[in-house]
Amino acid sequence: MPIDKSMNVLIVDDYKTMLRIIRNLLKQIEFNNVEEASDGAEALSKLRTGNYGLVISDWNMAPMTGLQLLQEVRADSRLKQTPFIMITAESKTENVVAAKAAGVSNYIVKPFNAETLRDKIEKVLGHA
Amino acid sequence: MPDSHARRDVLLAERLAEIRANRPQMDTELIAEVVRAVLTTMSDDLSVHDTALLLEVEELGRTIAAAKQEIAALKVDDITGCHIPFATDELDAIVAHTATATNAILESCETLDTVASTVAGEAADRLQDATTRIYEACSFQDITGQRISKVVTTLKTIEEKVARIIATFGHKTAALPAVPSAALTPEEELLNGPQLPQQAMHQSDIDKLLASFD
Repeated sequence: MPIDKSMNVLIVDDYKTMLRIIRNLLKQIEFNNVEEASDGAEALSKLRTGNYGLVISDWNMAPMTGLQLLQEVRADSRLKQTPFIMITAESKTENVVAAKAAGVSNYIVKPFNAETLRDKIEKVLGHA
Repeated sequence: MPDSHARRDVLLAERLAEIRANRPQMDTELIAEVVRAVLTTMSDDLSVHDTALLLEVEELGRTIAAAKQEIAALKVDDITGCHIPFATDELDAIVAHTATATNAILESCETLDTVASTVAGEAADRLQDATTRIYEACSFQDITGQRISKVVTTLKTIEEKVARIIATFGHKTAALPAVPSAALTPEEELLNGPQLPQQAMHQSDIDKLLASFD
Protein backbone atom coordinates (compact mmCIF):
# COMPACT_ATOMS: atom_id res chain seq x y z
CA MET A 1 0.00 0.00 0.00
CA PRO A 2 1.49 3.40 -0.96
CA ILE A 3 2.35 5.76 1.86
CA ASP A 4 0.04 8.73 2.24
CA LYS A 5 2.50 11.60 2.14
CA SER A 6 -0.21 14.19 2.70
CA MET A 7 -0.46 13.15 6.36
CA ASN A 8 0.44 15.58 9.11
CA VAL A 9 3.85 14.92 10.59
CA LEU A 10 4.88 16.34 13.96
CA ILE A 11 8.60 16.89 14.47
CA VAL A 12 9.84 17.57 18.00
CA ASP A 13 13.26 18.96 18.91
CA ASP A 14 14.56 21.73 21.17
CA TYR A 15 17.18 22.71 18.55
CA LYS A 16 15.48 24.95 16.00
CA THR A 17 18.24 24.18 13.51
CA MET A 18 17.48 20.48 13.79
CA LEU A 19 13.76 21.09 13.24
CA ARG A 20 14.65 23.05 10.12
CA ILE A 21 16.91 20.26 8.83
CA ILE A 22 14.34 17.52 9.41
CA ARG A 23 11.58 19.64 7.89
CA ASN A 24 13.67 20.17 4.73
CA LEU A 25 14.63 16.52 4.48
CA LEU A 26 10.96 15.54 4.85
CA LYS A 27 10.04 18.06 2.18
CA GLN A 28 12.56 16.44 -0.16
CA ILE A 29 10.78 13.11 0.27
CA GLU A 30 7.45 14.86 -0.29
CA PHE A 31 6.11 15.14 3.22
CA ASN A 32 4.92 18.74 3.07
CA ASN A 33 2.51 18.90 6.00
CA VAL A 34 5.01 19.20 8.80
CA GLU A 35 4.43 20.88 12.15
CA GLU A 36 6.98 21.56 14.85
CA ALA A 37 7.18 21.43 18.64
CA SER A 38 10.18 22.37 20.79
CA ASP A 39 9.64 19.91 23.64
CA GLY A 40 7.53 16.97 24.74
CA ALA A 41 4.89 19.03 26.52
CA GLU A 42 4.21 21.23 23.49
CA ALA A 43 4.15 18.16 21.26
CA LEU A 44 1.66 16.37 23.50
CA SER A 45 -0.60 19.40 23.49
CA LYS A 46 -0.50 19.52 19.66
CA LEU A 47 -1.07 15.78 19.37
CA ARG A 48 -4.12 15.92 21.64
CA THR A 49 -5.72 18.69 19.64
CA GLY A 50 -4.61 17.72 16.14
CA ASN A 51 -4.46 14.77 13.81
CA TYR A 52 -1.00 13.41 13.04
CA GLY A 53 0.05 10.35 11.11
CA LEU A 54 3.65 10.32 12.34
CA VAL A 55 5.73 11.72 15.20
CA ILE A 56 9.49 12.21 14.83
CA SER A 57 11.02 13.24 18.15
CA ASP A 58 14.33 14.01 19.77
CA TRP A 59 14.95 12.47 23.21
CA ASN A 60 16.96 15.02 25.20
CA MET A 61 14.54 17.90 25.82
CA ALA A 62 13.15 19.73 28.83
CA PRO A 63 10.79 19.84 30.62
CA MET A 64 9.32 16.73 28.99
CA THR A 65 11.78 14.41 27.27
CA GLY A 66 11.12 12.45 24.11
CA LEU A 67 10.86 9.25 26.14
CA GLN A 68 8.24 10.76 28.43
CA LEU A 69 6.37 12.02 25.36
CA LEU A 70 6.43 8.52 23.89
CA GLN A 71 5.11 7.06 27.16
CA GLU A 72 2.30 9.64 27.23
CA VAL A 73 1.41 8.92 23.60
CA ARG A 74 1.28 5.17 24.19
CA ALA A 75 -0.87 5.68 27.31
CA ASP A 76 -3.41 7.79 25.43
CA SER A 77 -6.21 5.73 23.90
CA ARG A 78 -6.59 8.08 20.92
CA LEU A 79 -2.88 8.47 20.20
CA LYS A 80 -1.43 5.10 21.13
CA GLN A 81 -1.32 3.74 17.57
CA THR A 82 0.53 6.79 16.20
CA PRO A 83 3.85 5.78 14.63
CA PHE A 84 6.68 7.28 16.66
CA ILE A 85 10.30 7.56 15.51
CA MET A 86 12.97 8.67 17.97
CA ILE A 87 15.89 10.63 16.44
CA THR A 88 18.53 11.14 19.07
CA ALA A 89 22.22 11.32 19.93
CA GLU A 90 21.50 8.94 22.85
CA SER A 91 23.00 5.79 21.44
CA LYS A 92 23.56 3.57 24.45
CA THR A 93 22.00 0.13 24.52
CA GLU A 94 19.94 1.03 27.59
CA ASN A 95 18.42 3.97 25.70
CA VAL A 96 17.34 1.78 22.80
CA VAL A 97 15.97 -0.83 25.22
CA ALA A 98 14.04 1.82 27.20
CA ALA A 99 12.62 3.33 24.01
CA LYS A 100 11.58 -0.08 22.74
CA ALA A 101 9.96 -0.92 26.08
CA ALA A 102 8.03 2.35 25.85
CA GLY A 103 6.76 1.37 22.40
CA VAL A 104 8.96 3.26 19.95
CA SER A 105 8.30 2.40 16.30
CA ASN A 106 11.87 2.99 15.19
CA TYR A 107 15.08 4.62 16.39
CA ILE A 108 17.52 6.79 14.47
CA VAL A 109 20.85 7.82 15.95
CA LYS A 110 22.30 11.25 15.23
CA PRO A 111 24.10 12.17 13.07
CA PHE A 112 21.86 10.51 10.49
CA ASN A 113 21.46 10.79 6.77
CA ALA A 114 18.45 11.32 4.53
CA GLU A 115 18.54 7.72 3.34
CA THR A 116 18.19 6.41 6.90
CA LEU A 117 15.32 8.80 7.60
CA ARG A 118 13.49 7.76 4.44
CA ASP A 119 14.12 4.06 5.12
CA LYS A 120 12.80 4.21 8.69
CA ILE A 121 9.73 6.23 7.72
CA GLU A 122 8.88 3.74 5.00
CA LYS A 123 9.34 0.82 7.42
CA VAL A 124 7.22 2.44 10.13
CA LEU A 125 4.41 3.64 7.90
CA GLY A 126 4.48 0.40 5.95
CA HIS A 127 3.73 -1.43 9.21
CA ALA A 128 1.33 1.17 10.60
CA MET B 1 59.64 17.69 87.86
CA PRO B 2 56.05 16.27 87.90
CA ASP B 3 54.84 19.77 88.88
CA SER B 4 56.55 21.33 85.89
CA HIS B 5 54.98 18.66 83.58
CA ALA B 6 51.50 19.43 84.96
CA ARG B 7 52.03 23.16 84.53
CA ARG B 8 53.28 22.61 80.96
CA ASP B 9 50.19 20.49 80.19
CA VAL B 10 47.88 23.17 81.54
CA LEU B 11 49.64 25.85 79.49
CA LEU B 12 49.44 23.70 76.37
CA ALA B 13 45.75 22.96 76.93
CA GLU B 14 45.09 26.68 77.41
CA ARG B 15 46.98 27.52 74.22
CA LEU B 16 45.06 24.91 72.22
CA ALA B 17 41.73 26.11 73.64
CA GLU B 18 42.65 29.67 72.65
CA ILE B 19 43.47 28.56 69.10
CA ARG B 20 40.23 26.62 68.85
CA ALA B 21 38.22 29.60 70.05
CA ASN B 22 39.88 32.07 67.73
CA ARG B 23 40.33 29.91 64.66
CA PRO B 24 37.68 27.18 64.34
CA GLN B 25 39.14 26.33 60.93
CA MET B 26 42.31 24.33 60.55
CA ASP B 27 45.34 26.61 60.44
CA THR B 28 48.41 24.65 59.52
CA GLU B 29 50.89 27.31 60.64
CA LEU B 30 49.43 27.41 64.13
CA ILE B 31 49.45 23.62 64.26
CA ALA B 32 53.11 23.63 63.22
CA GLU B 33 53.82 26.26 65.89
CA VAL B 34 52.18 24.10 68.55
CA VAL B 35 54.10 21.04 67.40
CA ARG B 36 57.36 23.01 67.55
CA ALA B 37 56.47 24.21 71.04
CA VAL B 38 55.77 20.66 72.14
CA LEU B 39 59.05 19.44 70.71
CA THR B 40 61.01 22.30 72.27
CA THR B 41 59.55 21.89 75.72
CA MET B 42 59.24 18.12 75.88
CA SER B 43 62.23 16.80 74.02
CA ASP B 44 63.99 15.94 77.28
CA ASP B 45 61.14 13.60 78.24
CA LEU B 46 60.74 11.84 74.92
CA SER B 47 62.21 8.64 73.67
CA VAL B 48 64.09 8.54 70.36
CA HIS B 49 61.06 6.92 68.75
CA ASP B 50 58.68 9.59 70.06
CA THR B 51 60.99 12.36 68.91
CA ALA B 52 61.21 10.88 65.42
CA LEU B 53 57.43 10.63 65.30
CA LEU B 54 56.95 14.22 66.39
CA LEU B 55 59.56 15.38 63.89
CA GLU B 56 57.54 13.67 61.20
CA VAL B 57 54.40 15.41 62.44
CA GLU B 58 56.26 18.71 62.32
CA GLU B 59 57.46 17.92 58.80
CA LEU B 60 53.88 17.13 57.84
CA GLY B 61 52.80 20.50 59.20
CA ARG B 62 55.51 22.20 57.14
CA THR B 63 54.44 20.29 54.02
CA ILE B 64 50.84 21.39 54.50
CA ALA B 65 51.94 24.99 55.01
CA ALA B 66 54.10 24.81 51.87
CA ALA B 67 51.20 23.30 49.90
CA LYS B 68 49.01 26.12 51.12
CA GLN B 69 51.55 28.69 49.92
CA GLU B 70 51.90 26.94 46.58
CA ILE B 71 48.13 26.87 46.09
CA ALA B 72 47.98 30.57 46.95
CA ALA B 73 50.78 31.24 44.45
CA LEU B 74 48.75 29.46 41.77
CA LYS B 75 46.04 32.10 42.18
CA VAL B 76 43.34 29.46 42.28
CA ASP B 77 40.81 32.23 42.86
CA ASP B 78 41.44 33.17 39.23
CA ILE B 79 40.31 29.70 38.13
CA THR B 80 36.81 30.10 39.56
CA GLY B 81 36.61 33.85 39.23
CA CYS B 82 38.01 34.27 35.74
CA HIS B 83 39.28 31.28 33.75
CA ILE B 84 36.28 28.93 33.99
CA PRO B 85 33.62 31.64 33.46
CA PHE B 86 35.69 32.85 30.48
CA ALA B 87 35.88 29.32 29.06
CA THR B 88 32.14 28.69 29.46
CA ASP B 89 31.31 32.07 27.90
CA GLU B 90 33.59 31.26 24.96
CA LEU B 91 31.92 27.87 24.51
CA ASP B 92 28.47 29.49 24.62
CA ALA B 93 29.67 31.93 21.97
CA ILE B 94 30.87 29.03 19.80
CA VAL B 95 27.40 27.46 19.98
CA ALA B 96 25.74 30.78 19.13
CA HIS B 97 28.08 31.49 16.19
CA THR B 98 27.79 28.00 14.72
CA ALA B 99 23.99 28.22 15.03
CA THR B 100 24.01 31.53 13.15
CA ALA B 101 26.33 30.14 10.46
CA THR B 102 24.32 26.93 10.15
CA ASN B 103 21.09 28.86 9.72
CA ALA B 104 22.71 31.01 7.02
CA ILE B 105 23.82 27.82 5.22
CA LEU B 106 20.34 26.33 5.57
CA GLU B 107 18.74 29.48 4.18
CA SER B 108 20.96 29.32 1.09
CA CYS B 109 20.24 25.62 0.79
CA GLU B 110 16.50 26.26 0.88
CA THR B 111 16.97 28.78 -1.94
CA LEU B 112 18.80 26.12 -3.95
CA ASP B 113 15.92 23.71 -3.26
CA THR B 114 13.47 26.27 -4.58
CA VAL B 115 15.60 26.70 -7.71
CA ALA B 116 15.80 22.92 -8.09
CA SER B 117 12.02 22.73 -8.20
CA THR B 118 12.01 25.03 -11.26
CA VAL B 119 14.35 22.90 -13.34
CA ALA B 120 13.90 19.37 -14.60
CA GLY B 121 15.90 16.26 -15.33
CA GLU B 122 19.42 15.51 -14.20
CA ALA B 123 20.12 19.07 -13.09
CA ALA B 124 17.21 18.95 -10.63
CA ASP B 125 18.37 15.59 -9.26
CA ARG B 126 21.95 16.80 -8.84
CA LEU B 127 20.80 19.94 -7.10
CA GLN B 128 18.60 17.97 -4.73
CA ASP B 129 21.39 15.50 -3.97
CA ALA B 130 23.68 18.41 -3.14
CA THR B 131 21.15 20.10 -0.86
CA THR B 132 20.41 16.79 0.87
CA ARG B 133 24.12 16.39 1.67
CA ILE B 134 24.20 19.97 3.01
CA TYR B 135 21.16 19.34 5.24
CA GLU B 136 22.77 16.16 6.56
CA ALA B 137 26.06 17.92 7.24
CA CYS B 138 24.35 20.80 9.04
CA SER B 139 23.16 18.44 11.77
CA PHE B 140 26.72 18.79 13.12
CA GLN B 141 25.48 21.91 14.92
CA ASP B 142 23.10 19.89 17.08
CA ILE B 143 25.77 17.31 17.96
CA THR B 144 28.48 19.89 18.70
CA GLY B 145 26.00 21.90 20.76
CA GLN B 146 25.25 18.84 22.90
CA ARG B 147 28.96 18.01 23.24
CA ILE B 148 29.77 21.57 24.29
CA SER B 149 26.98 21.43 26.88
CA LYS B 150 28.66 18.35 28.35
CA VAL B 151 32.00 20.19 28.48
CA VAL B 152 30.39 23.19 30.20
CA THR B 153 28.87 20.85 32.80
CA THR B 154 32.32 19.31 33.39
CA LEU B 155 33.90 22.76 33.75
CA LYS B 156 31.27 23.74 36.30
CA THR B 157 32.04 20.58 38.29
CA ILE B 158 35.77 21.47 38.23
CA GLU B 159 34.92 25.02 39.31
CA GLU B 160 32.95 23.70 42.27
CA LYS B 161 35.77 21.36 43.33
CA VAL B 162 38.40 24.11 43.03
CA ALA B 163 36.20 26.42 45.14
CA ARG B 164 36.07 23.69 47.77
CA ILE B 165 39.90 23.38 47.77
CA ILE B 166 40.20 27.16 48.18
CA ALA B 167 37.71 27.08 51.05
CA THR B 168 39.64 24.27 52.75
CA PHE B 169 43.16 25.68 52.40
CA GLY B 170 42.41 29.37 52.22
CA HIS B 171 41.66 31.77 55.01
CA LYS B 172 39.35 34.18 53.27
CA THR B 173 36.22 32.09 53.16
CA ALA B 174 34.68 29.57 55.48
CA ALA B 175 34.75 25.95 54.41
CA LEU B 176 31.80 25.15 52.21
CA PRO B 177 29.46 22.45 53.37
CA ALA B 178 29.81 19.25 51.41
CA VAL B 179 27.31 19.10 48.59
CA PRO B 180 26.07 15.57 48.07
CA SER B 181 25.77 14.51 44.46
CA ALA B 182 22.14 14.69 43.43
CA ALA B 183 20.72 11.23 42.91
CA LEU B 184 19.67 10.75 39.32
CA THR B 185 16.28 9.37 38.44
CA PRO B 186 16.21 6.37 36.06
CA GLU B 187 15.03 8.81 33.39
CA GLU B 188 17.95 11.19 34.03
CA GLU B 189 20.44 8.33 33.92
CA LEU B 190 19.46 7.83 30.29
CA LEU B 191 20.42 11.40 29.34
CA ASN B 192 24.05 11.06 28.34
CA GLY B 193 24.17 13.02 25.10
CA PRO B 194 26.33 12.07 22.14
CA GLN B 195 28.90 9.35 22.71
CA LEU B 196 32.42 9.59 21.34
CA PRO B 197 32.61 7.98 17.89
CA GLN B 198 34.65 5.00 19.11
CA GLN B 199 32.12 4.32 21.88
CA ALA B 200 28.87 5.09 20.09
CA MET B 201 26.57 2.45 18.64
CA HIS B 202 26.10 2.79 14.92
CA GLN B 203 22.70 2.81 13.23
CA SER B 204 23.28 -0.77 12.07
CA ASP B 205 23.88 -1.88 15.70
CA ILE B 206 20.67 -0.17 16.77
CA ASP B 207 18.76 -1.80 13.92
CA LYS B 208 20.03 -5.21 15.04
CA LEU B 209 19.14 -4.50 18.65
CA LEU B 210 15.61 -3.40 17.73
CA ALA B 211 15.18 -6.42 15.46
CA SER B 212 16.15 -8.69 18.35
CA PHE B 213 12.94 -7.67 20.15
CA ASP B 214 10.71 -8.80 17.24
